Amino acid sequence: MATLKEQSKQEELFTGGHRLCAGCGIPPIVRTVFRNYDTPIVASVATGCLEVATTVYPYTSWKVPLIHSAFENSAATISGVETAYRALKKRGKIPADKKIKFIAFGGDGGTYDIGLQSLSGALERRHNFLYLCYDNGAYMNTGVQRSSATPFGSATTTSPAGSVVPGKQERRKDLTRIVVAHNVEYAAQGSPHNWSDLSRKTSKAIAVEGPTFLNIISPCPLGWYSKPQDSIQLAKLAVETCYWPLYEVEKGVLKVNYKPKEKKPVAEWLKVQGRFKHLFMPGNESMLEDIQKNIDDEWATLLALDGKHLY
Amino acid sequence: MMAISTATKKQAGLTGNSAVAYAMKQINPDVCPAYPITPSTGVVEEFSSYVADGAVETEFITVESEHSAMSACIGASAAGARVMTATSSQGLALMWEMLYIASGMRLPIILTNVNRALSAPINIHCDHSDSMGARDSGWIQLYSETVQEAYDNLFQAVRIAEDKDVLLPAMVCLDGFITSHAIENLTLLEDSEVQEFIGEYRAEHTLLDTDNPITYGAMTLQDSYMIFKHQQSEAMARAKDVVKRVGKEFGEKFGRGYGLFEEYMLDDAEEAVVVLNSAAGTTKVAVDELRKAGRKVGLLKPRLFRPFPFREIAGAMKGVKAIAVLDRADSMSGFGGPLFTETRSALYELEARPKVVSRIFGLGGRDFKVKDAVEVFDELQKIKKTGKVETLTKYITL
Repeated sequence: MATLKEQSKQEELFTGGHRLCAGCGIPPIVRTVFRNYDTPIVASVATGCLEVATTVYPYTSWKVPLIHSAFENSAATISGVETAYRALKKRGKIPADKKIKFIAFGGDGGTYDIGLQSLSGALERRHNFLYLCYDNGAYMNTGVQRSSATPFGSATTTSPAGSVVPGKQERRKDLTRIVVAHNVEYAAQGSPHNWSDLSRKTSKAIAVEGPTFLNIISPCPLGWYSKPQDSIQLAKLAVETCYWPLYEVEKGVLKVNYKPKEKKPVAEWLKVQGRFKHLFMPGNESMLEDIQKNIDDEWATLLALDGKHLY
Repeated sequence: MMAISTATKKQAGLTGNSAVAYAMKQINPDVCPAYPITPSTGVVEEFSSYVADGAVETEFITVESEHSAMSACIGASAAGARVMTATSSQGLALMWEMLYIASGMRLPIILTNVNRALSAPINIHCDHSDSMGARDSGWIQLYSETVQEAYDNLFQAVRIAEDKDVLLPAMVCLDGFITSHAIENLTLLEDSEVQEFIGEYRAEHTLLDTDNPITYGAMTLQDSYMIFKHQQSEAMARAKDVVKRVGKEFGEKFGRGYGLFEEYMLDDAEEAVVVLNSAAGTTKVAVDELRKAGRKVGLLKPRLFRPFPFREIAGAMKGVKAIAVLDRADSMSGFGGPLFTETRSALYELEARPKVVSRIFGLGGRDFKVKDAVEVFDELQKIKKTGKVETLTKYITL
């Protein structure tokens, strides 16, 4: 793996000038991931922040070929592209030694929710691609509506903190484990605050011939009601409170990549985000306790699986 | 017309589905993403056996839905592959979102739609509500009366869609069960004839040209969206001449020429029926019978529905006094079926406007018999004589 200094000298394949918000977690994720490729890349992207803010005609931030077709089908679309590559190679229309790697991007809305079926289909068919989900925990592009990745208790514009219902009442879906259940060779959770972990995971994923998956937490000042300058700190805190554990599943074996020496209380992460403000009001103490308990349980479950074969 | 020696003619008895699958085998596309649905399942099944037996070089993608089928078609076509798929009814409906994206991205994807009714209530039999529902999706639509026409249309669709003046996806429609499952005798082309006719597909811009990266599906705003739509509309208008040219060339090469529509006994007709697909065959029998009785009746069977050849249809209908447009779909507009509204609008240009009525028939596979066609002609005769239309739009074969 190249050092950060070496990586910083590489050509940016995802260029500046786009319209993503200040403090958005997506650009550092995409740039870190792209820097770990040593082959040409072709990408697809689901409708969402990453798409609308980077391809406003006649401009594009993408120095790699990109296709955006719709919201729920980034995986299905790249499966067509990747198949065309194999078909045209077989027919000699692409040089036999030309290597291309394929990557599909989607937010949590386009992946956990509306795109889950097409992702599942593409994983099951064993297309040779990496799917990267940037998980900011809601439909941020359309103004912060809840998704199945939205954390319990979070206020969104469709799960507002009302006087009767205090924010989202359901726990989030565990997408990474759903993907792992497809028996993919490599799946991992990462965070933009840890470039070396994310780089290593990207390299591992793209070395695999077959479907792989990265689920990356992506702070969103707009939807988290947080300060833009705090984004990377918030990603780090999500990992240190074990809200977002860094782990990977390689050939069926689960490995926890980071175990905090001292697990921080989740309230530290929650209190700096406006979307959880109501949880700190009198009367909502039990919700805070529930969140902490859920995290503790999930972390214990994960630790119990550390080093074990899942399939 | 070029003479074809009988030695090169290959006769076969095939169902519509088998003929379509065989045509796809002869086209040998690069990629075929498909999802099975009645009554087009046979196409997908037979084509997958060609793949399994190594009879084609095609990469077959067994997607998990029709939405993903069209999404994969779009990805593969944008990557420079020649792409084909097949579907029916709910499958086409599920593709609906992606149909617009395929045409908006100007991707020459070929789709066979085996016409079937849309739910609810659920029904697996023939009507045209599926493809009519997609009539504004920017796809070229060719309709086929017979197995032979479906087979021939598929090769022409490739040429039309991929033409540099067009670059639009094309849909070949044939009637579910009536044509898809009925065995008809047809003349097959040789593989080499097919390959020579369709030629090699070379896309100008592709995703796999990584040295020249392009962005497909960019966000366009008020300053540019309409410009793209205008270009697409112009391309669709140009497709009409390409359909004519390709149909003529097909005739010169293989002895079966095609136009924008078929005129049957229309020259001196005073009463005429306009109808798509297999019901046109039934109507021809009625025309033959009534002609024997001295009636001046005729038929116009549109082949190209998108783009709609409105000027040519008006020209062909000049002199006809009473016309019934038979739709195997209802647009639920309260004003007849989609073929009716388009045809009637086209005829508005005529100085001597005929009387035109809408008759909805055969929904969900309801039989359309020769006697039904005769009844329509009898009603037209009355309209012609009295100059009065009692019922502008109504359901028949109820």
